[in-house]
Amino acid sequence: MNIEESKDFLVSTASLKEVRVFSREVFEKLKLEQDLKDELVLAIAEAAQNIVKHGYKGVDNTTDRMQIKISMKDSELEIGFFDKGKAVVPGNVQHRKLDDIKPGGLGTFFIKQIMDAAVFKKDEKGWVNHLVLTKKIN
Amino acid sequence: MTYKVTEEGNVSTVFLNGEIDMDVTEKAKEVILPLVESGKEVHLNLKDVSYMDSSGISVLIESHQKALENNTKVIVKEVSKSVLKVIMMAKLEQILNLE
Repeated sequence: MNIEESKDFLVSTASLKEVRVFSREVFEKLKLEQDLKDELVLAIAEAAQNIVKHGYKGVDNTTDRMQIKISMKDSELEIGFFDKGKAVVPGNVQHRKLDDIKPGGLGTFFIKQIMDAAVFKKDEKGWVNHLVLTKKIN
Repeated sequence: MTYKVTEEGNVSTVFLNGEIDMDVTEKAKEVILPLVESGKEVHLNLKDVSYMDSSGISVLIESHQKALENNTKVIVKEVSKSVLKVIMMAKLEQILNLE
């Protein structure tokens, strides 16, 4: 089944639940297995959280919106994140070492564990950052 | 997220309920950390936590480390399947006290 759905969200921690609801609704239509759905929802929520936490660090009560686009074509799942926060330097996006036990730094690790690839693109007019997560769905 | 706290002797049990994400971590810490800092043994019951992301995992780590500083312990109990999966993904099942 091919699908393409997108939705805008206010850049806020209060939107994260809405992000999960949207993601679950799309994955419900794709009839994915529960465990896979849970993992994908976590990856999406972590990427959205990174936008709020890092892209808008020090910015309170922004009215900016971020967009999430989920598409599935020929068993290739692609999830796009568009935001107007601080420009991401891809080389600076690192997760902490797992044996360095401390709070924080796990979101990017979870994304990399769950998805096949996470790539920042520079091709979207009107946005500052465009992150694309992909995963082959068997 | 909602919560309930029960006390029995030197043990405080915090029953967390719902989804734990970045939006509610401060609230969770405000409930848990003062109990740990008071030197009580804290049990976190997660049977009704249906979702936890890296922010929630950070609360578990911070609580655990705060307990070590205060010569007490935090025990994570009745972890739901979905939360256990995230804890294991972070390879924390040997670090946190899970029961």
